Amino acid sequence: MVTVRFASDHSIRVAFGEGISPDCHREVRRFWALLSAENIGGVLSLHPAYNSLLVSFDPRVTRGPELLETLQALVRLPDRFPLPESRLVEIPVCYGNPMGPDLEQVAELAGLTAEKVVALHSGAEYLVYFLGFSPGFPYLGGMPEEISAPRLAAPRRQVPAGSVAIGGKQTGIYPVSSPGGWQLIGRTPRTLFFPGQRPPTLLQMGDRVRFVPISPGDYERLKSREEAIG
Amino acid sequence: MARLRVVRPGLQTTVQDLGRYGFAHFGISASGAADPVSFRLGNRLAGNPEGSPALEMTLVGGEFEFEEPAVVAAAGADFAATMDRSPFPPWTSVQVEKGQTLCFSACRRGARGYLCIRGGLRIPPVLGSASTHLFSAMGGYQGRALKKGDLLEYAPVRTGAPPQPARPPESMIFGGNPVRLRVTAGPQLDFFPPEARALFSASLYQVSEEFSRMGLRLGGPAVTARERSEMVTEGVSLGAVQIAGNGRPILLFVEHQTTGGYPKIANVISADLHRIGQLRPGDQVRFEFATLEDAWSLLQEQEALLRSLGQEDA
Repeated sequence: MVTVRFASDHSIRVAFGEGISPDCHREVRRFWALLSAENIGGVLSLHPAYNSLLVSFDPRVTRGPELLETLQALVRLPDRFPLPESRLVEIPVCYGNPMGPDLEQVAELAGLTAEKVVALHSGAEYLVYFLGFSPGFPYLGGMPEEISAPRLAAPRRQVPAGSVAIGGKQTGIYPVSSPGGWQLIGRTPRTLFFPGQRPPTLLQMGDRVRFVPISPGDYERLKSREEAIG
Repeated sequence: MARLRVVRPGLQTTVQDLGRYGFAHFGISASGAADPVSFRLGNRLAGNPEGSPALEMTLVGGEFEFEEPAVVAAAGADFAATMDRSPFPPWTSVQVEKGQTLCFSACRRGARGYLCIRGGLRIPPVLGSASTHLFSAMGGYQGRALKKGDLLEYAPVRTGAPPQPARPPESMIFGGNPVRLRVTAGPQLDFFPPEARALFSASLYQVSEEFSRMGLRLGGPAVTARERSEMVTEGVSLGAVQIAGNGRPILLFVEHQTTGGYPKIANVISADLHRIGQLRPGDQVRFEFATLEDAWSLLQEQEALLRSLGQEDA
């Protein structure tokens, strides 16, 4: 059951379900692609998430009730709109100390060896549900539950850019250095956020992601190559 | 090209415009001027299009030296500015001569002031906007707040002052004392029982020291959601009032995280969003529920007033 309701006088929330599932997310993605192509006047931005899409608009330019009607009509359209292509992106990760200072703790909590945590984390394929929190931060689905780990009691003031982390049942990558409360298990040399470029992020909603373990030597080599490309 | 030299940066001075829209799906919030009403009027006073890049100062202003003549205007909160030690009037355009220094001190009321220069600051746009996004170090002047010695480019202008819009009423900028913020129902209003909603709209909240362009934490009575109210992370709107785990409201502001997992009890209406930019720690806030129809007509009235301010003296 799809609901289309005002979230404020300048935004409309379109919800496709309640839980988190790839099926529901496909609807979000399809509708996001449709709205991106429609390019409706007065719409400022589209924010997809697990099961909803937030449409922000300028009430100086477009009347709220009219936009609501337009969205209600578009949502009823049969699923003719093609789903955008889904890419597979490999993210190299140097797991463990010093770049993943919490790996041992995550392993201990899970009753596993660090090697097993790495094997499980890098053995799964993840879906980028959406980017949120900070520019380019991917909300990934598909992490094996055995390696869930609670958020830190006190968030770190500064998590280095590229840190790969586990928070509860989720895993993610910090694109920019920021405060963060997830447990850090490794770091990628890849840049996830390019402020001046279009698109400005490495990952996009709907991408599939695999983590590939690399050595500290590989990390340094890839990092300097990444910096040379700039 | 002339340059503006930062003699003293102030507490947090950034380059802003009216925001960077269309990138929420990359996790990028719009940023832009915290008080867009003052910002737009300031630019008009300087003879600019409303969205021209200008400086936003926070609580304590900066000191700036002009290498070449300029026409400038100060708007927003009153930072008791002086030009070469003589009082510098806000809300009007002023001719500045080569080598003069404009000095802003601290504001006593409100939080943000704008320095607009005729022709606008020359800032290369990032994703179509000059606004600084501090959290991700993007846009503006090197993605950060200004520092002593920074040099910002502007086009030197010597010719006369543009038509002067009248000064806006103080109540329009600051919203009274306590500051009245009108809100519409948030997407999770029904997570809160009637007594919690009543407490929310009857109470005075106080702006805490945790106040930034990302968001403002408020102190006051705790508002509690029903038990087992769980939600999954979703996109959030500018001006959303999130209720955190401790029951206290957080106002999501121009550099907000683009998604959140806390329930949103309410959302500040468009006509009052600029008042959030003038809140300072210690200010008292009262939330008042309004209908969507009221919210839209209040916005139209405000826009009509802004237009009329421009015409009176033209």
